[in-house]
Amino acid sequence: MRLSRDYRATLIVAVLGLAFTLIAPEVLEFFTIITLSQVIGLAILALSLALVWGFGGILCFGQTAFFGLGAYAYAVTATNIGGSTGAILMAILVAAAFAAVLGYFIFYGRVSDVYLAIITLTVALILYSLTRRTSGPEYKIGNALLGGFNGTAAPPLNVPGDAGTVLFPEDTFYVAMVVLIIAYVFCAWLVRTHFGRVCIAIRENETRAELLAYDIRLYKLGIFTVGAALAGLGGVFFCVGVSRVTPDVFSLSQAAVAIIWVIVGGRGTLLGPILATFALHYLTASLGSQALLNANLVLGTVLIIFVLLVPKGVVPSIIDLADTRRQRRVARSRERRLRLRRTRNGSETAGAAE
Amino acid sequence: MDLVVSLALQILYGIANLALISLGLAIIFGMMRVINLAHGEFLMLGGYTVVLATNNGVNIWIAMLVLAPLVVGVIGVVVERLLIRWLYGRMIDTLLATWGLSLLFIGLVTSIFGASTATTISPPLGVITIGAYTSSGYEMFLIVVTVLLLVAVYATLKLTTLGLVARGTMQNAEMSSALGVSTSRIYMITFGLGAAVTGLAGGLLAPITGILPTIGAVYIAKAFITVISGGMAILAGTATASALLGGVNGIVAFLTGPTLGEVALLVTAIILLRLMPRGITGTVFRKSL
Repeated sequence: MRLSRDYRATLIVAVLGLAFTLIAPEVLEFFTIITLSQVIGLAILALSLALVWGFGGILCFGQTAFFGLGAYAYAVTATNIGGSTGAILMAILVAAAFAAVLGYFIFYGRVSDVYLAIITLTVALILYSLTRRTSGPEYKIGNALLGGFNGTAAPPLNVPGDAGTVLFPEDTFYVAMVVLIIAYVFCAWLVRTHFGRVCIAIRENETRAELLAYDIRLYKLGIFTVGAALAGLGGVFFCVGVSRVTPDVFSLSQAAVAIIWVIVGGRGTLLGPILATFALHYLTASLGSQALLNANLVLGTVLIIFVLLVPKGVVPSIIDLADTRRQRRVARSRERRLRLRRTRNGSETAGAAE
Repeated sequence: MDLVVSLALQILYGIANLALISLGLAIIFGMMRVINLAHGEFLMLGGYTVVLATNNGVNIWIAMLVLAPLVVGVIGVVVERLLIRWLYGRMIDTLLATWGLSLLFIGLVTSIFGASTATTISPPLGVITIGAYTSSGYEMFLIVVTVLLLVAVYATLKLTTLGLVARGTMQNAEMSSALGVSTSRIYMITFGLGAAVTGLAGGLLAPITGILPTIGAVYIAKAFITVISGGMAILAGTATASALLGGVNGIVAFLTGPTLGEVALLVTAIILLRLMPRGITGTVFRKSL
């Protein structure tokens, strides 16, 4: 009973997501479906940051480092072994392993908030300049040329175990959507486990969690690594959607939009950042077709406005609003009941006096 | 022998370059505990000031040494009054707001000047010959300017009343506020000065790197890592971190090429922060400026 109440909202979202998955290819244009596969990859990135930042309290500005590494690992492995299933696993592994090593230095060195943000961002930026320099035939891993500025081709997904049968864009959309829903449910489950609760406790008060004998370094490293693995998975679907992976996945603006999705959607929720990804991607895509307003200009303004005016993000603000309205309603009805009782009591005393 | 001198100059220039691009960031961080993510864009604006001014017939030296710091300093004061002022004490929100600012500047400059600039300026001063090797005279000039800039900041902090009050605010903002210092004004001036130094750096580097709306991204990774590795002390932190990271970068780049040089810089910084989480000046030279 308690379980079902805890997960009711999650289940409703999952069912709605499945319904969208089934309906979308019928309603939307083919081209939109192809674009959506990329956006789903980005949404998984937003989800991973929502987990790491919103629940782990780890301000990771360079979540795109893991996202991009996942994308590159997928492209290189798939080109070399000729199948996508092993490559997806490889992408997740590479991202998680890199995060584990980086996280060891960060968390066991007790690097705090702002330092952590800057270090992770710097890692992403260094990867950016590194991958841009890899043009030329000498930079290759197996058969895959890294291709510097132009990036490298990302092979499409195929049916597991049968490298010859390549998935159509619509099938890729189905797979990506189902993976996003599974990832969402997984995160919702994870934050309710003992592990997740300890992570939230650490976010709220590190010292207190530590005094309760939790090794906060280990827990932080744990959620950081899980988040990075998710981001790597997101990178896979992004590069499959684009069918290419370029150094731009590591760029400053890519790192910025990931942060913006979480800020706009709301820290401390999982659904908010996912929805914000779709909404803001739609916004920037429609801005891209006209020259008057630069996309960076709009994103920068959105970020500043949200930090100054809606620091909690959209979804938590709506929840808060609904809560205060409900409380007010409850308070009002209680007051009415009290007044009613008082008048009744009053008439009784009046009657007694008579 | 010529090779050694030439290499030493090259490494020295790398160190000076790091110190130059980081100093403005370090001033703002050391004084206000604010990491300005729009730092790269302040550099970019300094560069644009120089390019625009020289294209309109202003002497390049005046454009670089006077106009660039002036313009960016004023922009810094405006930014502090409009944006940063509301966010003191909210460190993470400051980071996010300045990041928004960074995107805003990139967007603005792109809409005004386009995604690339056709006209660039070539570095003044010729080449210096050391035996069989040549070195750029302008790079030597930059080393000298960086040293002078560090001395100037030291003198301002140590010898002027403003520096005294600023150091007091840096140590204990509440106490200096209780003693009648307007900390809000000190913060405004510091942010403006940090921005001005950044603008100067951007202007000086414009002839070497060329100028683009997104040029800031080239610098900021290095500037951030230098300031974070240096720690809170403005001058000692910047100087030691630049020397260490610039030295490692220069030597590795000489041995293996520029790509690995940057990787070595990052790895050094990460290991350094594992050993000294509060930066170099958080562990040694704690009382320094």
